[in-house]
Amino acid sequence: MKIYDSLVIGGGPAGITAVLYLMRAGYSVAWAEQLSPGGQVLLTESIDNYPGFPDGVNGWELVEKMLAHLAHYSPERYNQAVSAIEVGTEQHTVTLETEQLIARTVIICSGATHRKLGLPNEQKLVGRGISYCALCDGNFFKNQDVAVIGGGNSALEEALYLAKLVRKLYLIHRRDVFRGDKVYQDKVLFLADKIEPVLNTVVTSIHGDDVLESLSLCNVQTQEKRELKIDGLFIFVGFEPQGQFLPAGLARDPLGFISTDAEMRTNLSGIYAAGDIRSKLCRQVTTAVGDGATAGHAASIYLEQFHA
Amino acid sequence: MASPIIDADFENTVLKSSIPVLVDFWAPWCGPCRAVGPIVDELATEFADKVLVVKMNVDENPATPTKYGIRAIPTLIIFKGGEVIEQITGAVTKSTIKDMLTQKALA
Repeated sequence: MKIYDSLVIGGGPAGITAVLYLMRAGYSVAWAEQLSPGGQVLLTESIDNYPGFPDGVNGWELVEKMLAHLAHYSPERYNQAVSAIEVGTEQHTVTLETEQLIARTVIICSGATHRKLGLPNEQKLVGRGISYCALCDGNFFKNQDVAVIGGGNSALEEALYLAKLVRKLYLIHRRDVFRGDKVYQDKVLFLADKIEPVLNTVVTSIHGDDVLESLSLCNVQTQEKRELKIDGLFIFVGFEPQGQFLPAGLARDPLGFISTDAEMRTNLSGIYAAGDIRSKLCRQVTTAVGDGATAGHAASIYLEQFHA
Repeated sequence: MASPIIDADFENTVLKSSIPVLVDFWAPWCGPCRAVGPIVDELATEFADKVLVVKMNVDENPATPTKYGIRAIPTLIIFKGGEVIEQITGAVTKSTIKDMLTQKALA
């Protein structure tokens, strides 16, 4: 059975960069991504903080450019989800949907996904009023009433986008102040005729049979309860790691993100992590690319022992 | 490749089709649609003659998405004999769609 020098898991910017560095170093690479490449960048309308694009760049355009760069190389691509990693000493076995691959190093770049509220009805009403992507689904709610849940940058950014389309937007946050950057908070205040902040408030239940109809809200300070009729609900309450397949024994932080050293090495020999799945402060395309390069390079140095 | 379809052709092409039809409702500005689109194209080839695979741009064709209550994209719907037999929203894996086709559409 073929032994790959490296198996890169994930097709976002971290994975793409790790593949690029390993291929350029001359190693054999398998690359697993369950969807088409791109990851969460595909959800971003305009990326304004990636150097080299002074006028901003659309998420999918940036992905296309990154993939075009990879077209000069030919990693073996597997359009499949990973279900398990069996960690060995010098080689590791990774289980995909229809096959198992063996690799000397594994670079985990499987990213993060939006956290759910975890309420009954939430899953059922996705696509029937509930959404996690304002850019994708905002147009379906033109001149209707929607709620946005969350108080960080994502929530504020998406609320500002939606405010241009909808009739009324309730911005629901469980604390007394928003967490997002001041530049976004100022804009939210500026749109006071459209955006109504609902602070110190949590959603306790979601109602609707075929389509979303209303929310039950509870003020966490006064315990006052109320019903809110809405057509759409956009949920932006943070991210969680996508790593159902991660092996036991891999060091992770309390939120489940993978702990690494500065060279992207995990506590397990030959296993690296890069991008949003890594425990770190700043989750951006810029840092994902940096992580991917560092991991690819660190793995290349580790692999030299097998090619002496 | 999944061929594009418009509101005006929907009834004849999809509802009156003699074989099951998978419709991918998408839009150019939708990121998750781009994560699924190439997979749907591959399935069009793999299921050729057994399942008709088409895609509808919801921006240019508002009537059909409204009729089927679509409020998020990508949404994939499988039609059989003019009836909706399966509907799924969001970026889903190739194997998920494949299972839907073999277990529901071709069952």
